[in-house]
Amino acid sequence: MAQILSAMKNSARLRAALATILLLAAGAALAENRKPASSKDGEYFDANGDPAYNISPDGKVDWRTYSGYLRFSAECLRCHGPDGLGSSYAPNLTDSLKRLTYPQFLQTVAGGKRDLAGGQEKVMPSLGTDKNVMCFVDDIYVYLKARADGALPRGRPTDHEPKPKSWSDAEDACMGPE
Amino acid sequence: MKILMASLISVSSLALAGPASAQDTDTKLTQNPADWVIPAGNYAGNRYSKLDQITNKNASKLQPVWTFSTGVLRGHEGGPLVVGDIMYVHTPFPNIVYALDLNNNGQILWKYEPKQNPDVIPVMCCDTVNRGLSYADGKIFLDQADTTLVALDAKTGKLLWSAVNGDPKIGETATMAPLPVKNEVLVGDSGGEFGVRCNVTAYDMNSGKRIWRAYSEGPDDEILFDPEKTTMLGKPVGKDSSLKTWKGDQWKQGGGCTWGWYSYDPELNMVYYGSGNPSTWNPKQRPGDNRWSMTIFARDADTGMAKWVYQMTPHDEWDYDGVNEMQLVDQKFDGKERKLLVHFDRNGFGYTLDRTNGDLLVAEKFDPAVNWATGINMDKNSPDYGRPIRVKKYSTEANGEDVNTQGVCPAALGSKDEQPSAYSPKTGLFYVPTNHVCMDYQPFRVTYTPGQPYVGAILSMYPPPGQTDMGNFIAWDATKGKIVWSDPERFSVWSGALATAGDVVFYGTLEGYLKAVDAKTGKELYKFKTPSGIIGNVMTYMHKGRQYVAVLSGVGGWAGIGLAAGLTDPHAGLGAVGGYAALSKYTSLGGALTVFALPQ
Repeated sequence: MAQILSAMKNSARLRAALATILLLAAGAALAENRKPASSKDGEYFDANGDPAYNISPDGKVDWRTYSGYLRFSAECLRCHGPDGLGSSYAPNLTDSLKRLTYPQFLQTVAGGKRDLAGGQEKVMPSLGTDKNVMCFVDDIYVYLKARADGALPRGRPTDHEPKPKSWSDAEDACMGPE
Repeated sequence: MKILMASLISVSSLALAGPASAQDTDTKLTQNPADWVIPAGNYAGNRYSKLDQITNKNASKLQPVWTFSTGVLRGHEGGPLVVGDIMYVHTPFPNIVYALDLNNNGQILWKYEPKQNPDVIPVMCCDTVNRGLSYADGKIFLDQADTTLVALDAKTGKLLWSAVNGDPKIGETATMAPLPVKNEVLVGDSGGEFGVRCNVTAYDMNSGKRIWRAYSEGPDDEILFDPEKTTMLGKPVGKDSSLKTWKGDQWKQGGGCTWGWYSYDPELNMVYYGSGNPSTWNPKQRPGDNRWSMTIFARDADTGMAKWVYQMTPHDEWDYDGVNEMQLVDQKFDGKERKLLVHFDRNGFGYTLDRTNGDLLVAEKFDPAVNWATGINMDKNSPDYGRPIRVKKYSTEANGEDVNTQGVCPAALGSKDEQPSAYSPKTGLFYVPTNHVCMDYQPFRVTYTPGQPYVGAILSMYPPPGQTDMGNFIAWDATKGKIVWSDPERFSVWSGALATAGDVVFYGTLEGYLKAVDAKTGKELYKFKTPSGIIGNVMTYMHKGRQYVAVLSGVGGWAGIGLAAGLTDPHAGLGAVGGYAALSKYTSLGGALTVFALPQ
């Protein structure tokens, strides 16, 4: 696991560097709708095999991105603000996800975070045992990634791909019986 | 030496108090207009001052005369107290208390800073706010974020006793201002978004020992109900009045939190407060009326036994907490002098009840935008007497799980949230800070994990269709249920109001303005932009013959969630940010006290 994480970190660093170059080249045009490298059963992945969004030019989003919007709004909005834009006491995630890699994102969500600077103590709880978050953590990731890339505007996505059967099965397995 | 000093002080304060009980002393203290010893200024919750140096004729000449930075950046709710020559200022987490010397340019006499586990921070629903302190019997009372209630020596800041009221590990936190009543201190808890089972607890003022505790839901002996004597709308509630209205054991995670403002009527010896939302926010998951969430309680101050209750929003579907302040006033109703209770609920209705017996007299919308119900059933012979008449289109229960119910007014923050109103006996009017915001609400299934959020709905908020203002500051006639005048505001008015005998009413805005308006007309007399957005409550005091007005600024709280983002207009099409600019264009963080007076 540690090996995988560090391999991912290395490639993430490379990607971050590439992204910086791209940003410099692109100048003010920050919005970038990244195309996924692969897909399986309605779920999408980037070149590293990390979860990815798929947004068509008409704004239709893949199921995971839509689910991510719902779960973000339910579990994260209270602190991180509508559409991930932050609040008076928690950071703007459309900025943070420009820097955070997928493993770093998972680590932060599962383990939480503390920033106890004077006058503005920021504490994120560890959500690793919260099924309402962890069963949908990949969905929340691709949604925020799309927001950070500028590929998805504010508000509820207007249209989405159907819910994949494999996704439903995974949800049931993770959430347990009602 | 310190010990000697402290004992000398306590001896002298005992001598001063003499044979009179703490109650007598403190009822007198709340009647001295120079002081402001409890959050609402008096036990009736009126936020009214008899001081009349500042009038509607001279208020335009007001100016800031001194300021104080709290050193804390989170949202600053509540307001300062003044007792004699000392002002007491509190902060959000870490819950610092400062005693400032009014004889010496606000010099810090003492500072109390508790050490609390920062793990409490993320368990607080909407920022780490604290609604302030109370004073009685030579002590300052503070309910810390981690639910530790402390009594501090008002002269020295020394910790006299502390009592642990709840457990943040299961989501129990504290944000409210304690209320000292007779020989007790009353506190409630926060945590409705974490499936907490909330209560009100009375602690002995001198020892911190628990006297009584009354839960919002559960068996009769735990909610302190007498099935035969406790009434709702004139009828006994009967046995198991709470248990019968929940599926299985759901009442154990039932919410009904008690974080609002409490009032006390010394003559009736009754305490009044409201309970919050039932947990979860997904109504489908918790069938039944979910009693006694969303309820006004009238309890005996000595025993906690409930005399009467009134559930305003049975089976809540929108998070319309019932915790807002209970205003106790004596006014003429139908030609007769009545002891009234007036309450502006999150659900958008202004209620007027007889506070002796809980009779419902008036229930009218205090924002015309309210649409989830057409009204409240006032037919005493109807089985639905006192219940809201719901509109199916806006029912998140009727529309069901995973359906986005659109255009519900008000939004979950209510037509009014905790920001307390003021009442002037001179004009007979209530001055109410309001929100003018609607929402989309989509409930869905959630699982309960102790100490984790238990919400189960997603919301988006926006001004009513076709409008851009998100708040109003209104004057309300509670005997008629009518708005007398209304001043529109760009953002929700999230600041507690103050009414004075000078016919001036004060409030703050989220941009940071302290405003003075004419009590009769609402005409703006004065405004000044303080360092940050105001979610605190305005107070007034007199020192050395001069009247001062003070307010805490420091944006945050629930209002701070939209600070960066602003609200979008979902009806303006995909991606439109709309005309509703983010609050961050107007203000930034920072706790500061600003004190105003007329030039000398």
